[in-house]
Amino acid sequence: MITVESLTKRYGAFTAVDDISFTARPGRVTGFLGPNGAGKSTSMRILVGLTPPTSGTATVLGRRFADLPNPGREIGVLLDASAQHAGRTGREILTLAALTMGLPRRRVAETLAHVGLTEAEAERRVRHYSLGMRQRLGIATALIGDPEVLVLDEPANGLDPAGIRAMRDLLRGYADRGGTVLLSSHLLHEIEVIADDIVVIGHGRIVAQGTKAELLAAAGTVVRAADPDRLARALEGAGLTVTAAVDGALRTDAELTQVGQLAHAAGVPLTELRSADGAGLEEMFLELTAETQREGAAA
Amino acid sequence: MSTTSTRPTGATGALEASDPLATIAEQHTGPRTPPAPIPLSRVVRVELRKMFDTRSGFWLMTGIAILALAATAAVIAFAPDADLTYESFATAIGVPMAVILPVVAILAVTSEWSQRTGLTTFTLVPARGRVLAVKAGLAVLIGVVSMFLAAAIGAVGNIVGSNIAGVDTVWNIAASNLATIVLANVLGLLVGFMLGTLLRSSAAAIVGYFVYSFVLPSATSALAAAQDWYRDLGPWIDFNYAMAPLFDGVPTGEQWAQLATSGTIWLLVPLAVGLRLILRAEVK
Repeated sequence: MITVESLTKRYGAFTAVDDISFTARPGRVTGFLGPNGAGKSTSMRILVGLTPPTSGTATVLGRRFADLPNPGREIGVLLDASAQHAGRTGREILTLAALTMGLPRRRVAETLAHVGLTEAEAERRVRHYSLGMRQRLGIATALIGDPEVLVLDEPANGLDPAGIRAMRDLLRGYADRGGTVLLSSHLLHEIEVIADDIVVIGHGRIVAQGTKAELLAAAGTVVRAADPDRLARALEGAGLTVTAAVDGALRTDAELTQVGQLAHAAGVPLTELRSADGAGLEEMFLELTAETQREGAAA
Repeated sequence: MSTTSTRPTGATGALEASDPLATIAEQHTGPRTPPAPIPLSRVVRVELRKMFDTRSGFWLMTGIAILALAATAAVIAFAPDADLTYESFATAIGVPMAVILPVVAILAVTSEWSQRTGLTTFTLVPARGRVLAVKAGLAVLIGVVSMFLAAAIGAVGNIVGSNIAGVDTVWNIAASNLATIVLANVLGLLVGFMLGTLLRSSAAAIVGYFVYSFVLPSATSALAAAQDWYRDLGPWIDFNYAMAPLFDGVPTGEQWAQLATSGTIWLLVPLAVGLRLILRAEVK
């Protein structure tokens, strides 16, 4: 269980993470989706205590990360597979993790075998590793303590298709056995395939969250007018959240009737008004991220 | 969020059984009791191992012994017979030690940032102060052990050298002086540690240390020669200057006081700042 509440991180005038709240629950894979630079990694670093938040809290299994007595046994973390001493061997890196967590030495060999690193590969120094091998080693470091919670930042990066598939199965099995999995990706497909719950983040803000089923069935209204800005002002004036698509159409969660009445009241002639059925997660992702990117540029 | 769960279609299909990533089968059943806290002894063991388990770490440590042997051999080979005293050996060995030990202390801290291993280190042990205290303690321990090893190598060199030359073996360093020399090296090592915490970059901290210990003394002695006011003030604020008496014997009361004041300025205050920064810094 991971609980993030009103987390904010500012760097001077720049707000990297802007008041985000979400929960990753046991037995489910929670996908943390957002374009590069959206604040995913910063949020994850705050979660594991590597970055101090400006405000807000993040807890793992009900406790702040810093209060976990032996974090590696409760939460497996992979933030950056390349963040390893290039001069250490894969086996040495895993041995250090096992020693710190107080695990028997045999866990090192077991875990190496589990993630598909051969004995010969384990004896090589990490500077000679491909990104995919580093990723496997990083996953091994996260798994070696048999934790209840997994936090993985872009774990599929650098893995070959078979590795990506294996990773998916691993995480699925992990969650099915009651584990909590939070993984980030900037690739919609990756999240769509694996996640039960999805948290979409753009420019530091959560722009959508819910179960995958909910988000895939994103209802709402698509509306178009000759003067979209005026229409947007009218809808936003009524407290609706409005998303502008690239083609000038506006999208909102409100019902058809409400949108029609608001447009009528504001005297904005509509050219199109329909329900947003069948909009895939991809459209939502593109729209939501495009929206936040525009807002970010205007800010 | 609703509790509706939709299983991804791809995940429950045919497994890539050939890929071992797919075969991990850890069990997670019910709430578990929190594990026991990590004892300090384990942090010590891991940090000590990390000082030796890379090529650079290994050769740095081995280098101390190699240089001590080389310096001893050089004294025997090149020093005039009259200079075959324990002091000659101690000085010849002491110089490379004074260079290497601070680097050991610097790398113990900065490699966590330069090599980005801190990402793992500080997620496995979130109490950064604890990790840093262990690193400082181990650096001092390695410094003291290395110094005693060097003193022993020098002693053997002194006996062998004087016998080869056929002169009397001269033991002209008092035990108390050996202790102050060890202290001086530990202080130098701690300056390295301080620079490591303050700069968090291997290259910057090593360059900083050499500027501090080799460039700064020339600058301050030039200042002392040119400016009257500095001639009296210097010994109280110049840590390099204040440390020099430690190499020659047991300092006087005033010299101890000068060590304390200059050490506060050059070691304690910046170390406090560095530690405060490192405890709050972002680990990326």
